[in-house]
Amino acid sequence: MSPLLEITGLSVRSATKVLVDTLSLTLQRGERLGLIGESGSGKSLTALAATGLLAPGLRASGSVKLAGREVVGAADRDLDQLRGKAVAIVFQEPLTALDPLMRVGRQIREPLRRRARRDGRPLSGQALDAAVLAIMVDVALPDPVRIARAYPHELSGGQRQRVAIAMAIACEPDLLIADEPTTALDVTTQAEIMALLDRLVRDRNMALLFISHDLPLVASAVEQVIVLRQGVAVESGPVARVFSEPAHDYTRSLLSAARRFDAALEGRQ
Amino acid sequence: MSDVAASPNRRRGIVSLTLMAGIMLVGLHIAIGLLTLVWLPYEPNAFTGGRLEGASLAHWVGTDRLGRDLFTQLMIGSRIALTVGLGAVAIGATIGVSIGILAAFASRWLDDALAATLDILIAFPTLLIAMLVVAASDTASLGSAIVALGIALSAIVARLTRILAKRVLVMDYITAARTSGSSWPKIVAIHVLPNIWPTLSVNFALQFGLAVIAEASLSYLGLGAPPPNASWGRMLQEAQGTVYTAPLGAIAPGIALVSLAIGVNLLADGLRARIDAARTLS
Amino acid sequence: MTLISVDRVSFGYTAERRILDDVSFAMESGDTVGLVGESGSGKTTLLRLLLGLARPDSGTITFDGASLDPRNAAFMRQFRRQAQIVFQDPYSSLDPRQKISSIIAEPLRSLRIPGDHRQMVADALSSVGLDADAAGRYPHQFSGGQRQRIAIARAIVAGPRLLLADEAVSALDLTTKIRIVELLASLGTRMSLLFVSHDIGVVAALCRRIVILERSRIVESGDTAEVLARPQHPYTQRLLASVPRLSLKDTRS
Repeated sequence: MSPLLEITGLSVRSATKVLVDTLSLTLQRGERLGLIGESGSGKSLTALAATGLLAPGLRASGSVKLAGREVVGAADRDLDQLRGKAVAIVFQEPLTALDPLMRVGRQIREPLRRRARRDGRPLSGQALDAAVLAIMVDVALPDPVRIARAYPHELSGGQRQRVAIAMAIACEPDLLIADEPTTALDVTTQAEIMALLDRLVRDRNMALLFISHDLPLVASAVEQVIVLRQGVAVESGPVARVFSEPAHDYTRSLLSAARRFDAALEGRQ
Repeated sequence: MSDVAASPNRRRGIVSLTLMAGIMLVGLHIAIGLLTLVWLPYEPNAFTGGRLEGASLAHWVGTDRLGRDLFTQLMIGSRIALTVGLGAVAIGATIGVSIGILAAFASRWLDDALAATLDILIAFPTLLIAMLVVAASDTASLGSAIVALGIALSAIVARLTRILAKRVLVMDYITAARTSGSSWPKIVAIHVLPNIWPTLSVNFALQFGLAVIAEASLSYLGLGAPPPNASWGRMLQEAQGTVYTAPLGAIAPGIALVSLAIGVNLLADGLRARIDAARTLS
Repeated sequence: MTLISVDRVSFGYTAERRILDDVSFAMESGDTVGLVGESGSGKTTLLRLLLGLARPDSGTITFDGASLDPRNAAFMRQFRRQAQIVFQDPYSSLDPRQKISSIIAEPLRSLRIPGDHRQMVADALSSVGLDADAAGRYPHQFSGGQRQRIAIARAIVAGPRLLLADEAVSALDLTTKIRIVELLASLGTRMSLLFVSHDIGVVAALCRRIVILERSRIVESGDTAEVLARPQHPYTQRLLASVPRLSLKDTRS
């Protein structure tokens, strides 16, 4: 079976700089991969390049195959069919990912309807409303009937991120990309959202590309990990191996910083 | 990640071209305006040729219906336009920035009241407000035209200043200044004005263009500077009756007016692009 | 000796929707205290009250035994010299149009502190681990971590007794974060430190005492090691359980 996502020698350049440098990775159905990096590591650009969503000033080279189709250099029109079905993204800041002037229920309805039409079983009216409520229940939004009628600014940060996740999975993607999905949230809310993502990925047998700067968080979410620094993958492998026997100095410095806070919490200064 | 959006060199070339064109057009008018202080081809009110002559070596753009040299009047027009533009912007900026800063610092209700007043004032055309101010003063003069336009422009400046200042006031460095014991006047002088100045200066250039056109309109309506001040607006008005027999009398001041207006707009665009580029880099 | 005493302080629009509700705690001189709370807990408001930028609706705050009253100009001038703050966002806390020297010297000028300001700026820069030639440059020439060092230099240049930090390391990368925490810890030996954060891990690494805020109220406070080892309040327990750790390999159930 061909991989869901196969990135080979991907580079992303701006006019003056190389932002991602010959990165390669593959992701099969059901696999979970973490991209760890600090600011400027190119981790978010990798996600955008994988879905053909790079900003106009940036150029990608190399190859990105999404569900067997080449993304680099493809026309936007062709990629539209892949987005949603093959891949969906959850971003860091749900407030900017949602339309502030549209009720939450309608925002979830749109991708649901598109997906249904594409599958040749168009939904409308009450059936569509029921599907919206079902998916809101699935992402554990409390009081879905009320929230469906609310605008994004009337929801809490955690609820907004649940809405964004509902929109992402409404298309039943094979691959879910989560780009710092909990960075803007409180830590107690973060724990809830992580549990939700974990359940959804498992139940729906999706592949997960989890992007974060937070090492412990990545460790809890994925099996494989790639450590990025300034656009270069300095280390990769199974989480347990990379975190217990880091081969690269940079990984070691990240781990020792994370361990310091860990130890402080355990009362071992 | 900010360097992602850095513009390629090619774009910077276009930017400076705009700025250069603006500087050259405005600079030409400034040079002519300054020249009129020391030298003119003819006495402006002397009848130096036949009536409504066409262009010739003696009279580059001909003469008016009284036989006065039109090029001399055009040159003086540059000076008048620049004087009115500068004067109006200076008055508009002083009043507008003061009110805008005041509103940004004011309590909620005073700010709301000021903002609403400004919105209403801005809803009236600049020219209409200027006409009312001129009408309120006894005689039409260059001074009253400048004051009138300055007051009319001040509402626009005030609204922009208020918005820009509010954006600066929420920054942490303002709170840091307060917790460092800086007084509000000091905070305005050291932090607020320098940070809103780049955007304001672009706006002042645009206001200058507005003032020049508004002055021409006032003069055209007979509310501008009285003779012997030659204003492009009055030249246009005087040439109105003879526009078919001596079109140059209307075309020449029209071109002068448009060239200065385009000049200041290019200048403003060029400045704005420079500021944007500087922001992107930082 | 008690440096700050917050006594039954409330702040907010109505009794039903309080931003701070009957908050009391005390801070000893020379102590490092972490004020932990999530969004909506009221920690930012409490910080504003402690800075004298707003007044509580009820209750009192005293600094060094005197009432912290923003309307008392003479007291405030003394207070400003003794309490300084570092903010979360290093990009918003430095005026982009001022040189570093001028940014750091601002408290010296505003508080009319006598002495060789240039030398004091240079000393502050070296205390935060920056070269003296940083003084002649502008904020945009520095990284986020360096900017935070500059903000700390500004806060300590006038020799305050109390340094307040509002999420001062939350916007930083992990490797930068640990260095700024180390810097603050070293400053904590010279002055009292009140560190406001949602990040209980950072507070654990930095603060001897901890105060936990949840929805406008203090739910637990005490010695940091003790609270972490034996959290009493259900919210504290939930907060601690929510923090992802490296040591627990697999939190998935």
